Amino acid sequence: MRASRWLLLLAALTVVMVVAVMLGTLRLTPVEVLQGILGTGTPIQVAVVRALRLPRVLLAALVGAGLGASGAALQGATRNGLAEPYLLGVSGGAAVGAVLAVALHAPAPVVPLAGFAGALAAVALTLLVARASGGRGDPRVVLMAGVVVGAFANATIMVALSNVDASVVRGALWWMMGSVADAGWPQARLLAVYVAIGIGALLLLGRAIDVLALGEETAAGMGVDVVRVSLAVYVAGALLAAGTVAAAGLVGFVGLLVPHLVRIAGARTHREIIGAASIAGAALVVAADLVARVATPPAELPLGAVTAIIGVPFFLARLRRLA
Amino acid sequence: MIAFRDVAVRYPRRADNALDGVSLTAARTQLTAVVGPNGSGKSTLVRALLGITPPHAGSISLDGADTTRRPRRELALRLAVVTQREEPAFPLGVREYVALGRYAHLGPWRGATTADRDAVDAALDMTDTESLVSRSITELSGGEWQRVRLARAVAQGGDAIVLDEPTTFLDIAHEMAVFELLSRLAADGKAVLLVSHQLNLVARFADHIVLLHRGRVATAGTPSQVMQGEILEQVYDWPLVVTRDPAVGAPALVPLRGRPRR
Repeated sequence: MRASRWLLLLAALTVVMVVAVMLGTLRLTPVEVLQGILGTGTPIQVAVVRALRLPRVLLAALVGAGLGASGAALQGATRNGLAEPYLLGVSGGAAVGAVLAVALHAPAPVVPLAGFAGALAAVALTLLVARASGGRGDPRVVLMAGVVVGAFANATIMVALSNVDASVVRGALWWMMGSVADAGWPQARLLAVYVAIGIGALLLLGRAIDVLALGEETAAGMGVDVVRVSLAVYVAGALLAAGTVAAAGLVGFVGLLVPHLVRIAGARTHREIIGAASIAGAALVVAADLVARVATPPAELPLGAVTAIIGVPFFLARLRRLA
Repeated sequence: MIAFRDVAVRYPRRADNALDGVSLTAARTQLTAVVGPNGSGKSTLVRALLGITPPHAGSISLDGADTTRRPRRELALRLAVVTQREEPAFPLGVREYVALGRYAHLGPWRGATTADRDAVDAALDMTDTESLVSRSITELSGGEWQRVRLARAVAQGGDAIVLDEPTTFLDIAHEMAVFELLSRLAADGKAVLLVSHQLNLVARFADHIVLLHRGRVATAGTPSQVMQGEILEQVYDWPLVVTRDPAVGAPALVPLRGRPRR
């Protein structure tokens, strides 16, 4: 990808983040945003910028970066443009964990942890199913195993929700629709470290993913241990996605859409694709969260619904190009 | 040198062996060809060498070291493979693709050196693919893609190269160019192992031919030893005659019309 495109991408992310901090019930100018960050504005401005909007915008950016990178790596390793971060049962497992936590009336901070634990359990189960089927590194077997585990998770959720009262269903659904409304600095800091490690690992695997994307036999001949490297990408990608789920619930379409966008923009090697997808994913989720926050005040739209609404027309356009 | 010793391979849920005690060697400075009808085990031979369908009996070695016990990256430094099928899943520039051939040398992180770039340039030059470098691998014709894959394997370097039907989709000129390139690689000191259906070209270019039939070596030797009408007729199950090609006098096979003899 050309240097000018990288600059454009970074500029877009910066602009979207600044605008996201500016807009809301209290409108701020770019200068007031800067004053808020530096702590030289009015106390209310400083509080709004530092305590409310900045952590929320950063959290949204981190979620988007994680999902973008994870989707890009998983699409490459599975040689499938329909692969996405929730591929290995992450979404289903996270939903089961969260629903169980809500149904058991666990305190609010436990819900994301339960979601994270559910996601990890589902990923482990998917890889075990794939391995038991003899597929190990074969992306088709892993994809099928993910579908099976996802279906099992859905069944579990329906059974769990069939006998609880409406408030539990609503609480669980709300969490599943994704949101960064409860963002705070501790979460943002934790996710920053987590996402940095995850994206770093995927970037390190980037060149091997380039080779892996050529197919099993070719990759083996070029010096890639197909089973081990595939497994490393699956685990790193899924763990990254699980971390974002713990922070913001399920935010669909980002990890599916963004790798396609950056490939259209000219990213070719997977190090480029993963890097660019991190930036573009961050910008997309910050923009989507801004829409979710300001479109229908004082109510908020679910973040996952906004990303899907942005994603659908794009995929329709892409479909026309393919047909 | 690539050496197969009594190699047996069986696919899961199959009763018979796909390879059943195959022994053959591909020595340096030689072009060794593996021929045989469909399903005779030619591609299984390549898959076994790649470690995808590991042999359950026998051994495969590269310069004396067992291939199943060495890391793939270490093997790839010595042996390049062009498999029968390869479908690009995503767009990638031709030059970037050929440069990926250097993966075994670079590993996950190290940047390309002058030596790597020179190897890529030389490979593009040898395979006559320099004019394609600005294109994407998803936009090439079947023949162009075959040549670019060959360039990637040449860029990989090493002392041995294995190719599974590399001239499929190629027109006569490009097919001849590939055979010329392979004999040049052999003359430069590489062990070249070629799986091919092009018996007549193999008879002209190969130093050594191995004829496979139902997972076993039916016969092996020089082109004139292997290109015997009786043997080939039996193995291919089709009436044919072996004659001499008018240009260079190499053995040439002419299949006859008619029903196969049962």
